[in-house]
Amino acid sequence: MNGAALQTEALSPLLSVRGATKRFGSVLALDGVDLDLRRGEILALLGDNGAGKSTLIKCISGLHRLDSGAIHLDGLETEIRSPADARFAGIETVYQELALFDNLTPAQNFFAGREIAGPAWLPRGLRFLNKRGMDAEARQVISRLKITLPKLDVVVAKMSGGQRQAIAVARATVFARKVVILDEPTAALGLRESRQVLNLVATVRDQGNAVILITHNMEHVVELADRAMVLRQGRKVGEIVPTNSNKQDLVAMIVGA
Amino acid sequence: MGRTASGQAQAVRATSRLDLGLMLLGIGPALILIVLVVVLSFLSPVFFTPRNVSNILAQTAVITVVAMGQHLVILTRGIDLSVGSNLALASVVGALLFQAGGSAPVVILAMIASGALVGSVNGLFYVFGRLPHPFIITLATLSICKGIALQLADGRAIPGMPEAIRVLGRNAFWGLPGSVFVVLGVGLLLLVLTRTMVWGRWIYAVGGRPEAAVAMGIPVNWVLVSTYVTSGTCAGIGAVILAGRTDAGSPLFGNLLELDTIAAVIIGGASFLGGRGHLGHAVIGAIMIGVIRNALNLLNVDIFFQLIIIGVIIVIAVECDVLRNHLEARVRVVQAGRAR
Repeated sequence: MNGAALQTEALSPLLSVRGATKRFGSVLALDGVDLDLRRGEILALLGDNGAGKSTLIKCISGLHRLDSGAIHLDGLETEIRSPADARFAGIETVYQELALFDNLTPAQNFFAGREIAGPAWLPRGLRFLNKRGMDAEARQVISRLKITLPKLDVVVAKMSGGQRQAIAVARATVFARKVVILDEPTAALGLRESRQVLNLVATVRDQGNAVILITHNMEHVVELADRAMVLRQGRKVGEIVPTNSNKQDLVAMIVGA
Repeated sequence: MGRTASGQAQAVRATSRLDLGLMLLGIGPALILIVLVVVLSFLSPVFFTPRNVSNILAQTAVITVVAMGQHLVILTRGIDLSVGSNLALASVVGALLFQAGGSAPVVILAMIASGALVGSVNGLFYVFGRLPHPFIITLATLSICKGIALQLADGRAIPGMPEAIRVLGRNAFWGLPGSVFVVLGVGLLLLVLTRTMVWGRWIYAVGGRPEAAVAMGIPVNWVLVSTYVTSGTCAGIGAVILAGRTDAGSPLFGNLLELDTIAAVIIGGASFLGGRGHLGHAVIGAIMIGVIRNALNLLNVDIFFQLIIIGVIIVIAVECDVLRNHLEARVRVVQAGRAR
């Protein structure tokens, strides 16, 4: 008991959200939700469609702003007003649909919006691209995460769903100094490609990132997640350590049975 | 194991066939232009003479410069319908300033500034007026610019341009019209801006997937505004070239130029869906339109046929774009099959 308490203290949350509330017109999308996330941990965020999962991660990643509530990173209250703010704070998000630029190569995708370029005294848009530097760094990340790609100089439009998802996850890990948020990373993939992306998610965690994983697949939750948190109608209705034996309880919490 | 190996080999063959098709689609427009030039040289003895080539270049200079601007707008999934009227207004502004005693640099700068101003109106209203599509605002400025130009010029062409501008219309250097050097200069500048600078990368990102560009923290609004300003600036430069060639400014200049430039960009091989294409596409498309018009004139083909032929070519070009998307989807499937 004592040991556990000590450990909890040593692993104080990297990201903590308190009383997150968000309203769209008359709809209360989030109603005072709390969330804690530690380094090297995967937190599964579960809930039925419209339960508030997407709204919550969009607030954390800066696409929406909270009506009330606070976001703390490393114990410091952090105001996140835009995607740029979130990324600056070290939070990276892989969205389900709007992940990649089809017309760009993997390296160009990695650095979209934060190109390595200079000289620094020029306005950002007029700096010269350091293409070689970006290519080299992208290649390094891809090999570190053991991702297999056909070629690095082709546009991602020519890559399979799994390869594209791997690139999107890898991109997040290049820059995430703190938190990686994954929104249904395997939703559109076949079995074999899902497996590769799940392995990649585990690698990302093992390299010390804190991960929020949204998924509908209970097998994946049990396999990967250290904790699972369930939202229903904008409220947090439960949080447990997922195991094969309590899978049914999780499903019950999700549907509210 | 033998089966997977042969499956692999099959997949490799399929990808290389698809890659070959995609490569042919990529260089297709340039290839067609070359074939066109060779065939026409045989059909008409006049076609490939230095005089006629210089003639074609002079005639296509305006379309090429304006198409280079239009190309950037189309890269971001937009469209600029105002370029023709914008050019007309700029030429009238220049001519009036010259009448009022303006020197050549003043006249040139005024034409370019007039173009850029109209472009910024397009961009700012599109982005900050939260319009659903740039079609509407550029259609409005098409009408407004034409109206202002007609009003200012009293419906007539205004003759007279400074010598420094007229030189653009003559065979100035090495038998080439001065306008060719303007086109080259603008092209080189845009090439540096779009290929080596962050701005260019952002244009491609915005065109590739606007929502993702927002999520990645790219200043999407300003990127969009900047492409309309660039397109307007190119229309202003086009006005300088056309005014030099005709020694006049006129509210009737640039009629249907918006359609010619859009056609040039699409025929050249850029995608109407945004994010795909480069400056070479705009240039090749513009020259192709110039070559076809010139050749049909030389071969005494009726002007109505010119319109039909250019229309048919546009349809073919758009279908090639569709085919490219289809082939890329096939490549994706093959890639998924190979994953292990």
